[in-house]
Amino acid sequence: MNLRRLKDNISSRLMLAATVFACLLFFFVLIGLYSRASPILSAVPITDLLFSSEWGPTDGKFGFFPFIMGTLWVTGLATIIAVPISLLSSIYLSEYAGNHLRNIMKPLIDLLAGIPSVVYGLWGVLAVVPFIKDTLAPALGVETVGGYGILAGGIVLAIMVFPIIISITGEVLRSVSQELREVSLSLGATKWQTIKHVVLRKARPGIFAAIILGFSRAFGETMAVLMVVGNVAKVPSSIFDPAYPLPALIANTFGEMMSIPLYESAILLAALMLLVVVMIFNILARMVLIKIERGVV
Amino acid sequence: MELRRVEESVFRVLMILSLLIVVGSLLAVIGTILWKGLPVLSIDMITKTAEGGYFLGKGGGILNAIVGSLYLAAGGTVLAFFLSIGIAFYLQKEYSGGTKLSNLTRLSLDILWGTPSIVYGAFGFTVMMYFHMRASLLGGIIILAFLELPIMTRAMEEVLKTVPRELKEVSYSLGATRLETTLRVVSKQALPGLMTGVLIAFGRGIGDAASILFTAGYTDRIPTSLFDATASLPLAIFFQLGTPSPQVQQKAYASAVILLVIVLAISITTRFLSRKYTKYIIK
Repeated sequence: MNLRRLKDNISSRLMLAATVFACLLFFFVLIGLYSRASPILSAVPITDLLFSSEWGPTDGKFGFFPFIMGTLWVTGLATIIAVPISLLSSIYLSEYAGNHLRNIMKPLIDLLAGIPSVVYGLWGVLAVVPFIKDTLAPALGVETVGGYGILAGGIVLAIMVFPIIISITGEVLRSVSQELREVSLSLGATKWQTIKHVVLRKARPGIFAAIILGFSRAFGETMAVLMVVGNVAKVPSSIFDPAYPLPALIANTFGEMMSIPLYESAILLAALMLLVVVMIFNILARMVLIKIERGVV
Repeated sequence: MELRRVEESVFRVLMILSLLIVVGSLLAVIGTILWKGLPVLSIDMITKTAEGGYFLGKGGGILNAIVGSLYLAAGGTVLAFFLSIGIAFYLQKEYSGGTKLSNLTRLSLDILWGTPSIVYGAFGFTVMMYFHMRASLLGGIIILAFLELPIMTRAMEEVLKTVPRELKEVSYSLGATRLETTLRVVSKQALPGLMTGVLIAFGRGIGDAASILFTAGYTDRIPTSLFDATASLPLAIFFQLGTPSPQVQQKAYASAVILLVIVLAISITTRFLSRKYTKYIIK
């Protein structure tokens, strides 16, 4: 009898330890990155770091502006492409499609989420980049750097974001009560009117959260983007320009040329920026989703 | 009156188009990789390790990367499993009692879920430099475990939540302790879901490149100890594609087929297992 209690006691303490570790892990990462990024934060004013376009680590110039803009362009474009397509698909699956179609689509969407990012990147290089170079750019009469650039990155990223927005929106739509729909339909509204005026209005905060989570996933995606975006450290001015997003900068330069003073610190600052932005987005989105789960919204 | 019918039809068409784009992109990705990769896939690719000068077009295969990836993902998954199962069990009401700690843990796991893998990679490398560790299998395993932890834990927790209360209460009323109930009743009931969680995390681990870029390194040999640098499939694809030689680039396509097949196999196994073991569940 006592042995059983003892086992229960010890195991529960071990589980508690694992749980506390999970809570602390994020802070370890945050503090670890901050402590290594602090030399550059104290050596260069923060406004220079964020808004200067001069990038020359050998001369001690660390302006992240081109990289920040590159990230925003690629992620922004991916979101613009992904949001309407994902939302419409998700609405169709939850409101119109029968069980049969839904059962076929679920594994396909899971699979889309499971494909590794290098495979998406390779697909971008094999299919999207040549398409832009040989077909789209000549047709529109624009110059590209061999097809590599923001458009290619945005298209590849958009596809990677589809499953996230589709599955979260699906959950949110399912949480809208059936009675609400029936009331609207019984008043003579069409199915689409019901969706537009009742379901979507009720689901708006949740859909907002789904978009934010999709955006934040795109924000930190590294390999696929790195392979198709061109990696030129210049502030882009059109979607046909190449860009150099922050994750690509980290992947390409970290581990090399660490002899240059402050270089490592600057790269870790880039990682810290990604972490903080993603953290804010995730906390925002989760707060909305938790409220929906509790039925407050 | 008719206008709203037209609007409905227009949106219906748009929705079906969107769905076709989603399915179409999945087929396009898989189709392109198979179409380009299958013709250049050879037995040597899978059975031989890279020979000297492999990236310059010399012979050999990517067995080193395949085995390396399996080591990394398996190690990461085992490590993540022990943490995740503990956390998922602890988040049950009888342990944490729905307290602040459990809410904080959930939020923390959600943020970790969203943390980009390159950030894990950079963090891991900094810590390893601090301890004067070189890129190694062990470093890669630990970072992959961190990456998989939130995915696995949330999947397991969702499953444990679906175990009926009555089932647990029956066990408690017979005098069982929390541990006995958790291991013998709850785990059995949740087994298919727990396995699904493990496999999803494994799939995520085997496909990730950014986190192990600095922590596991790359080498032509199969690692023989935890402290050897370890090659991986995603990085093999990335490096082969980055070479100027078209032959080596074609090997990248073939490597992508191998990775894709592994990921597909995991996805199919997941479905098969969850169906097979569902019959032991008390409904």
